[in-house]
Parts: sequence; structure tokens; C-alpha cells
Amino acid sequence: MANDVRTVDKTTTDSGSDRGAGGPARSGAGPLVLAFLLPPRFTPEKVRNDRRYRTLDKYRFVCWFLLLPIVIYAIFVVSPFFQAFYYSLTDWTGFSSDFAFVGADNYVRLLEDSSFWASLRHSLLLLVVAPLVTLGLGLFFAFMLQAGGRHKKNEAISGVRGAKLYKNVYFFPQVLSVAIIGVVWGAMYDPITGPINEVLRLAGLDFLTRSWLADPKFALSCVLFVLCWMFIGFYVVLFSAAMGAIPKDIYEAALLDGASRPATFFRVTLPLIWDTVQTGWIYMGIQALDSFAIVHIMTINRGGPGESTLVTPVYLYKKAFDSGQAGYATAIGVVLLLVTMVFAAIMMLLNRRDRIEY
Amino acid sequence: MSATQPAEPAEKAAAEAPSQPAAGVAAAAKEPKGPGTEGGTLNVFANSFLVLWVVMAAGPLVWVMVNSLRDSGDIQGKPFGLPTAFSFENFANAWSDANIGTFALNSLIILAGSLPGTMLLGSMAAYVIARFTFPGNRFIYLLFAGGMMFPIILAVVPLFFVMDNFGLLDTRQGLILAYIAYSLPFTTFFMTAFFRTLPGSIAEAATIDGASHMRTFFQIMLPMAKPGLISIGIFNFLGQWNQYFLPLALNSEHGDQALLTQGLAELSVNQGYEGDWGALFAGLTIAMVPILVVYMVFQRQVQEGLTAGAVK
Repeated sequence: MANDVRTVDKTTTDSGSDRGAGGPARSGAGPLVLAFLLPPRFTPEKVRNDRRYRTLDKYRFVCWFLLLPIVIYAIFVVSPFFQAFYYSLTDWTGFSSDFAFVGADNYVRLLEDSSFWASLRHSLLLLVVAPLVTLGLGLFFAFMLQAGGRHKKNEAISGVRGAKLYKNVYFFPQVLSVAIIGVVWGAMYDPITGPINEVLRLAGLDFLTRSWLADPKFALSCVLFVLCWMFIGFYVVLFSAAMGAIPKDIYEAALLDGASRPATFFRVTLPLIWDTVQTGWIYMGIQALDSFAIVHIMTINRGGPGESTLVTPVYLYKKAFDSGQAGYATAIGVVLLLVTMVFAAIMMLLNRRDRIEY
Repeated sequence: MSATQPAEPAEKAAAEAPSQPAAGVAAAAKEPKGPGTEGGTLNVFANSFLVLWVVMAAGPLVWVMVNSLRDSGDIQGKPFGLPTAFSFENFANAWSDANIGTFALNSLIILAGSLPGTMLLGSMAAYVIARFTFPGNRFIYLLFAGGMMFPIILAVVPLFFVMDNFGLLDTRQGLILAYIAYSLPFTTFFMTAFFRTLPGSIAEAATIDGASHMRTFFQIMLPMAKPGLISIGIFNFLGQWNQYFLPLALNSEHGDQALLTQGLAELSVNQGYEGDWGALFAGLTIAMVPILVVYMVFQRQVQEGLTAGAVK
């Protein structure tokens, strides 16, 4: 089949160029430009026979197809991105169109802004703890699904029954909007009507009940918990797929060598799926840095009580849209971008190693 | 690299590769333990944890759905309980008084514009980048790929004023364009990879048969890219339907134009004060159930589509 196509291709290309050479040798640039700007069906016959028509046809298609995507992307994504760096150097309020260039003043102000530091501290805490908990539990559940089953004959490792069902249920939070999750958990944490306190009361642990989101000591942990809750199912599915790709013989060999389950996990499974874990870690870190919606919807006063759950994206949003400090807000954004990039770079450098092929 | 069967090449490669005992495992060979000893305990252990997380993951959602059928007065202070009488009063309240119906419709209208727009423009750009060599090809590819790295939050302030200057702020077309623009990087990146895997000879054959580039794209290549389009389509559908940040920043002026996600956040604030828990839970249920049903029908595709996002 492929050969046929290739030969046909050659002959037609030849005859095509013959025809091009035999036809009107060159027409002026005018019709060519016109043909470039109009849809193909309006191309005059003269241009169609021009030697340069093939190239024109290709570039006409390339340009027209790229035009709309690139224009939209440039206006709404690329240009705001670069404008942000510029505005971060101005005292722009966002309300009026006049502003002055103030150099690095915004950044100097950031250094002394205790609310900013509080927000950054909370964001960094989420950045460190959320991936650890989420990926840890994700790996644990994925390994249990894959290796927790009863031994069958001739199988080194067997999955639990209903593994697919477990995965499907775990994935639920991932398909729901963060807005829904924020509202649901807001109700879960409710001191009177929420089930968490009710379960504690029923278990006789009344001393543990509290107004979760109103308690500055616990509010951030509540946010952290919801963040992990949302993503654990995602990682169970991701890691299960990666673990499923590991050949069974490797497990058999490990079992023959007398490896226990924990040893199998830490010395066989984990190293073999490390690439997936690493990408997942970076992805989760970015999600943790961007925990805007949960904090904005679920917490008291969007980042409260006090500043106990204030994270950097929420602080940025408040500065930009509530207090009219657009220039200052973009400076916060630039710092946030920097933190994201440093995090990604550290993760990539730390985990540099040879890819394992199997 | 077919997106629908990502596991297959790995499995095939696995079958061909010689098995290597992992280094570092205790060298002394022991008899594998018999059935029911280690496996048995582990099985009980594993299953109890797995069931525990089922309760954790699905519990809150089930709790909301059950309570959406209970009377608001009953719910207050008594989180657990079954509906006493079947009444859909909560749903009626949520749908008409709290405008959940309008909000859902608004979300649908935005999605009806943004999803096809994203898919069309994304695959157009991806096709050209993947199949044609021209000066700047690499640059355009990197321009799109770079957009995946960068947080929307940084751009939101300038974006707000860009929208304002174009008269697009608080309009539907503006929000649709913003959705498309911010979905383009990953869509283009993903589809470029996909188009590269498709055999070029078929496009050549179409050209020989006299099809224009346009026709080759729409009638030959796009249908061939269907598996990729489904994955990225699901990814974009959920991403755009669940979007909270962009509408909050760009579409919060007119209350009647609010999207479902905004409406729910608003509802939770209002119902919290009024103590109408029933309507809140009914609103949440209305928002959750259709998505969960769609998910359960297309589990495999949804899981693949969403995890494809992380393994970029």
C-alpha cells in the first residue's frame, strides 16, 4: 500500500511540475498576492498554473490557519503576561488610566508587607505538605489496589477484587468543580450542621469538636485536607496505570529473592515509576500554589479568620480588585511566578537520574 | 502514542524486555509463602483502608445528596437522617428562587461557544505546526507550550483591563474568548503530538487526489485524530465547565449572567445566613449529578483524558 502511494506521488509530482513549466512561465506579483489573500476557490487559473503556486498554496494555508489561534492567544494570554511585568513597576490603581513609573518600589514594599509574608508562608506550607500527603496516600492506595489481593496460584502479585470500582469512586472529586467542593466542605466543617463534629459527638469525643474554619489554629489544616482530598483519587488512577505497566516477572523475581511487600514497594515499584511520581509532584505543587478557589469559597472572609488561611493568590486578588492596587498586585504575581519556577527547577534538578526502560 | 491506548505500547515493550531482578533485594532465595498467610493479612489490611477511603471520597457527596431531600428545618443541627417525606421542594427553591437553572443555562451557553472554538482553533494550529515546515514553526510551538507553565493569576489584572478596553468585560463573547485563549496552550500541545503520530502518506494521497489543504484537514486528518480529540475534548469540557477563577474576574458585574460555579459560591454565602440548607444541598446536587452521571458512563475516557493532562 505505502509503496503504491509513493510511486503515484512521484509521477503526479513530475507531471505537475511539467505542467507548471509548460504553462505561462510567470505572472506578476499582483495576482499572487491577491491569491494569497483570497480563499483557494477564487484563485485565478493563471496563478494556479504558476510555478510558485505550490509554495503559495502551502503558505496561504499555514498563515490562514494560524491567524485566528495566534491572534486570540497573543491578545488574551501573551500580552497580559508581558504587561504584568511592566505594571508591577508602576503605581497603577486600576481605576484610572494614569499612573507613574515607580521602579522597584512595589517590590521593596513587598519586603515589609507582613500580610504578604503571611500569605507566602501559607502557600509554601501547602506547596511542601500537600504533595507529600497526596502523593504518599496516592501511592499507598495504588499499591494496595495492585498488590493487596489474596495470592493466586502462579501469580507473584495480585490485585484486590473490585479494583476498578475503587478507582472509579476515588476519582469522583476530580470531575467536580472546585466551587462545588469548596461549598460541600464548607458545609462539612460547619460546627452545628456539619457531619464532622456530629461523628465526633457520636463517638464520644466531644472535646475534639470545634468550629473548624473559625479556629485560626485549624483553618489552614482544613484547607490542606480538602486540597489533598481532591487530588488523591487522581493520583491513585495515575499511579495504578504506571504500576500496571511494570512487568510481572520483576515481581516474581523479587518474591523469589524473598522480598517482603514493603521491600517490594520501596525497592521495585517506587524506583520503576519514579518518573510518573516526579511529574505528579510538580503538578501537585503547582495546584497547591494555585489554591485560590478553595480558600476563596470555603474560608471565612476569604483567607480568614484573620490571616490564618490567606494564600498568595487570594492576597493578589484582594489587592487588585478590592483595594485598587493593580500595580502592587501584579508585583505579587511576579513573585508567585518566580516561586513556581524555582520550585519546578528544584524538582527537576533534585530528581535528575537515568530513565529506566523495561 | 495513541491517547486511547496508552498502556499498550508499554505492555508490549514489557513483554519483550528480559526480566531483571531488582538490585538490592535480599539475596537469599526463600520459598514464596503459601496462600492465606501474608496475602491474607495484607488483603484484610488493604481492603479496610480502601473501603475507608471510599467512605471519605464519596461520603460527603452522598451526604449532600441525601440531605437535599430533607426538610431544611430537620437538617439544622441534625446532619444525619433520612428524608421523612419525599418532596422536591428544595429543588424547586434552588432552581427558581436561587436561580440555579439560570446559572446552569449561562454555563451551557458559554461552553457551547468555548468548547467547539477551543477544539477547532487548537487542532487547526496543531495540524499546521505538526505537518508543515515553515520559518517560525518551532517558535510558535514553544510559544504555545510555554503558556502551559504560566499561572493565570499573574495575567489576570492586565487581562481584566485588556477585556475592558475591547468592551468585552462582563460579556459572554469575552468570556468565551478568554476560555479559548487559556485552553489553547495545552490543546495545541497535545494535538500537535497527536497529529505527528498520524501517517503523513494519507494526507499526501489526498493531495494527489486533488483535495485542497483545507479539505484534507477537515475530511481526512481531523476524523483520523478522533481519539485524541475525545481525550482533549473531555479535558477541556471539565476544565471549562468547572472554571471558577476566570468568570469571577471577568464576569461578575451582572448577577443574572453568573455561571453555575459562581452561583453556587454565592448561594452558599446567602443560604448560610438564611439557614436554608435544603436549597443549598439541592443546588449542589443539581450541579453534581449530571457531571457524575456523564463521568460514570465514560469513566475510562474521562480518567484517561484527565490524567493525560498531568503527564505532559
